[in-house]
Amino acid sequence: MIVFALGQLLPGNVGRAVLGNFATEEAVAAYNHAHGTDRSVVVQYVDWLRGAVQGDLGTSFVSDTPVWDQLGPALVNSLKLALFAFVLVVPFGILGGVFAGLRVGRPTDRAITVVGLSLAVVPELVTGLLFILIFSIWLGWLPVTAQTDPGAGIFTQVEYLALPAMALAIVLFGYIMRITRAGVVEALDADYTRTAYLKGLPHKTVIRRHVLRNALMPTIAVIATQVGYLVGGLVVIEYLFNYRGIGALVLNAAVQKDFSLLTAGVIVVGIVYLLVTLVADILFGLLNPRIRYQVGE
Amino acid sequence: MSSVAAPTARSEARTARRERTRLLLRSPSFIIGAAVILFWVATALLGSRITPYDPVFDQTPDLSQAPSGDHWFGTDRLGRDVFSRVLAGSRDILIVAPLATLLAMIFGTTLGLITGYFRGVADDTISRIIDAVLAIPLIVMAVTVVAALGSRSTWAVTVVIAIVFAPIVARTVRAAVLGEAQLDYVEAARLRGERAPYVMFSEVLPNVMPPILVEATIRLGYAIFAVASLTFIGFGLQPPSADWAVQLTDNYNFMAEQWWTVAFPALAIASLVVALNLVSDSFQQVFER
Amino acid sequence: MSTVDATTPALELRDLEVAYKVRGRDRPVLRGVSFTVGRGESYGLVGESGCGKSTAALAIVRYLPRNGSIPSGSVTVAGQDALALSGAELREFHARTVSMVYQNPGSALNPSLRIGSQVAEAFTVLGVGKSEAEDRARDALARVQIADPGSVMTRYSHQLSGGMQQRVVIAMALSKDPSLLILDEPTTGLDATVEAEVLDLVAQLQVELNTSVLFISHNLGVISKMCARVGILYAGRLVEEGPVETVLRDPRHPYTVGLLRCVPRGGLRKDHGRLDTIPGFLPSLGADLPGCVFADRCALADDRCQVEEPSLESVGVGHESRCWHHDRAQELPRVEAENVDLPPIDRAAEPLVRIDGLTKVFKQRGHDVNALTEVTAAIWPGETLGLVGESGSGKTTLARTLLGIVAATSGTAALDGRQLPPTYQKRSQEDLRSLQIVFQNPDSALNRRHSVQRILLRTMKKLAGVGGDDARKRVLDLASSVKLTERTLTQKPAQLSGGLKQRVAIARAFAGDPKLVVCDEPTSALDVSVQAAILNLLVELQAEQQVSYLFISHDLGVVRYISDRIAVLYLGRLMELGPADVVFDGPHHPYTEALLSAVPTIDGGGRHRIKLEGDIPSAANPPSGCVFHTRCPRRIGAICDETEPPLVQVEENHLMRCHIPLEELRTMQAAGPPPVSAAPAS
Repeated sequence: MIVFALGQLLPGNVGRAVLGNFATEEAVAAYNHAHGTDRSVVVQYVDWLRGAVQGDLGTSFVSDTPVWDQLGPALVNSLKLALFAFVLVVPFGILGGVFAGLRVGRPTDRAITVVGLSLAVVPELVTGLLFILIFSIWLGWLPVTAQTDPGAGIFTQVEYLALPAMALAIVLFGYIMRITRAGVVEALDADYTRTAYLKGLPHKTVIRRHVLRNALMPTIAVIATQVGYLVGGLVVIEYLFNYRGIGALVLNAAVQKDFSLLTAGVIVVGIVYLLVTLVADILFGLLNPRIRYQVGE
Repeated sequence: MSSVAAPTARSEARTARRERTRLLLRSPSFIIGAAVILFWVATALLGSRITPYDPVFDQTPDLSQAPSGDHWFGTDRLGRDVFSRVLAGSRDILIVAPLATLLAMIFGTTLGLITGYFRGVADDTISRIIDAVLAIPLIVMAVTVVAALGSRSTWAVTVVIAIVFAPIVARTVRAAVLGEAQLDYVEAARLRGERAPYVMFSEVLPNVMPPILVEATIRLGYAIFAVASLTFIGFGLQPPSADWAVQLTDNYNFMAEQWWTVAFPALAIASLVVALNLVSDSFQQVFER
Repeated sequence: MSTVDATTPALELRDLEVAYKVRGRDRPVLRGVSFTVGRGESYGLVGESGCGKSTAALAIVRYLPRNGSIPSGSVTVAGQDALALSGAELREFHARTVSMVYQNPGSALNPSLRIGSQVAEAFTVLGVGKSEAEDRARDALARVQIADPGSVMTRYSHQLSGGMQQRVVIAMALSKDPSLLILDEPTTGLDATVEAEVLDLVAQLQVELNTSVLFISHNLGVISKMCARVGILYAGRLVEEGPVETVLRDPRHPYTVGLLRCVPRGGLRKDHGRLDTIPGFLPSLGADLPGCVFADRCALADDRCQVEEPSLESVGVGHESRCWHHDRAQELPRVEAENVDLPPIDRAAEPLVRIDGLTKVFKQRGHDVNALTEVTAAIWPGETLGLVGESGSGKTTLARTLLGIVAATSGTAALDGRQLPPTYQKRSQEDLRSLQIVFQNPDSALNRRHSVQRILLRTMKKLAGVGGDDARKRVLDLASSVKLTERTLTQKPAQLSGGLKQRVAIARAFAGDPKLVVCDEPTSALDVSVQAAILNLLVELQAEQQVSYLFISHDLGVVRYISDRIAVLYLGRLMELGPADVVFDGPHHPYTEALLSAVPTIDGGGRHRIKLEGDIPSAANPPSGCVFHTRCPRRIGAICDETEPPLVQVEENHLMRCHIPLEELRTMQAAGPPPVSAAPAS
């Protein structure tokens, strides 16, 4: 429900932008008329909605083909890349966070934290470029571009996606590690951890049953939302690696002022993010006994 | 249980501050980070005055040379000295990013204060809008807004980044304000007839400054990130500017043959961003004790 | 392993020293503490903030924080040297020998594990199989008088009430029949009746299992009820030790004497037998204190005390004191006058505040919460109306409705005959300055970033309408009336102690010359000695300015001390309203009777505990008829279940809401507590 309510607002913003731009370019007026974009925003919007519900997201201005034809495969591509990066980073990020959290203040923690965060702040474009330089050009291990031809086998795809996925993973690692670490530190300080120790439980059991259980809960929720970010936020990486993902598509649309494609693309990205967040919320609610059992209170 | 009095409370606070500064100055991350930042700020200020060659216009006949004694970082396709360009390239980023961050902080903090303090209808609607906007990843949003605005000037980039970051800042500030506004002294202020603007800005704001400042440093790092990324995909600063990201755009396609034209600007970006992170991390370390 | 027989003490501390490293320096927290807890004995450790009592507990269980260290001394538990243990031995120690129960049971339980699972852990660690551990867990829960342990075992901690949570923690602690049980403020934060039940349970189990108990608390009443011997801790030093009755009756250390004079008990009133205070401030943790640790604040101190630390000397059978002047300890001169003249309250005049049928219903996710129902009362100028009740009673809601922080659903409040608008935003500035509040938590009541002077100047400007030099002068007067120095004015709240902060909060409330000040648990977060000073301050201000107080507190001793009249609330309804001594001595409402019996006092004996069955019902679903009928030990029949008794005047100035006529109550209560079977199952 919330997803769709929010979805209502998204095109609103872009719609205004559309109108704003065209107000300064009279020469394109005739063009607009042909495409129906000089009608009022509301009318356009209703029209679009009608089409969208029926599965028709409009026609691309530039290529004059249905928008979905381009968006569909691009979305799939982005999802593939996102998933790959995700699979790479989540285990390491969580492990890193746990280790850092368990050894707070000590060298291991400082090392992991500083390195992780530093890497996270470096723009993916920089990491991506450096990776290309190192792994593709100097070492020649992996291909420069990420786009494989359709029909390529799974292993080829993995090989091609490895570099961009790694670049993404580096950025995410810091973030996930930080959240996990904070959760672990908080759980370690908690009273219930003290109770567990004072019961005489062995260290490992305390960490496993008491600390990690409570520390990882918020982490999982946060991580899930990151997937949403991944799908649309890959613009730079996709551009860098010539990957035909949805980010690159949106970028091209913006460059070519193909607003129909642009709007649709942006909305799709937004919806994916919201859907993922919804799933994350549900997941969090299921895992957290406090929320699960609130009905009975 | 009550906290205990210390007849020397005030001097204790001062010694604590002095101790913290001392710890800060001894922390390696702070020193390294601050040094790097100062270095780049210096080069930004001094600009072409200290570069061996003019970064924009000096086109030597040595085209595409690998690093050598004459040109430490080599030259690019147009014969420009990469070292000079790297040194000069800090300026634009160091102008745009902090400015954008400042704008975002002002706008975002005000929004955050309003939504966090008033709650109710205003909070619900504005927060919904913010959520919607945040559902779209930064770059996509930035790209869209730039496309809509039509212009690609430096000004536009600054404003775009500010607009895109303000909601994030607003969210953080709102969370801090929510927690703070529940405290009794806020109620006490209202009970003596204070009006809302006074309570928000004079009572609550000073107490949420620490998280705001932390957020500011984080935003600054991401602003640099955003400027570089936007420029790279063509939506930001333009050639012949010596800005690092521009260099990346320029030379990206020739990376295979002339790695030096890409590697050094990239490392420069990385160094600035990491340095910022080190400094903010060392702040957190010291103030967390 | 050393041999343990029936005479080996459960706990023996010898010259224990503990230090914390703060910002690079080691600060002494415990300075050579020695005491012994015998087999089956209960020993109380009493002290205020910073005395180190919790640190002692943590040292005994070897759970000091990272920056804590034990430079010297020994801890022997049931013959074992606790400080020498490590690794597997230490775990065995925790699993079998010593148990700890501490404050805040909610956070002591893991929120994401079921209760049964957590309790069973205590058994599996002893090497017992899983299913047997579960059975024993169920038994353990039954032993702490949890009805239906099976269902409790499947629940999570947040689904249990505070009292229930503490029982679970106690069950876990006692499951292994430990040689030593340590309780660190186990009932602070629980309602009076719940606290009484938990304490009764501990006492009972102690007798059953012959457990040795170390009971740590700041509350002398609780200690006197639960312990046989007591040790008084001040600044990390044991200053007096002995059997409980002896120490309380015949204290031999100036600190103990001072402390006892700070506690409000039966017979002490704000004008007769006033509370005394201890001059100076509590030393901060790890402060440097040459000579006797108490010398700075002791009126009996001489030069020798400042330089030479006294050793523990015997002053009686099993009674020791660490003071050069222990024989004169009780001659410690009083700081405050014993009696003071308070202007009498003119009941013939119009009341200052009239509350009529005040009702507040909160709407929460579908159901209504009846926080307040038809409360009617009046407060006269210069009087203190005490408000008592447990959680859910509505006392906080009443205060907030009166102040206009929340709008009443129906009913009115009037000041000086003028009806007040329901929310403060609509009230005049005149009204705002007349009704002020002192909050419970001094830490959140003041803006951390503003200096004291700024806070007071601003308040004065808004409430009293004065500015500039005139305001500055008045702020100085205000500060001196609450005994703040000029220096304090320039400081920020973070630099002040709890007591000082509360004084600033009081000054702020008085900045506009209010007519009524709501005091919402103003001393609950403060130490005993600081509490006494604040209470005295409030009384002084009342004498000077004829201000009225609506005094809310869960501490019945404090309420009795300071109140002229007392109102008793239960589930949002006014159950009784009358003069303080009448409400306390009786005849009184059955709920008041039960409430009073639950409070442990230093004077001990006299009251038999009246147990109330079950938990306090939810305000969203109040019982029919008299809301107390589900737990009332004096319920007389169906009329209590079906009809709500009206609030009637049963004698002069005394209102009560009960079906039982006053005379009958008088005879019933004179005869003693009700038989246990009188309370119906709810």
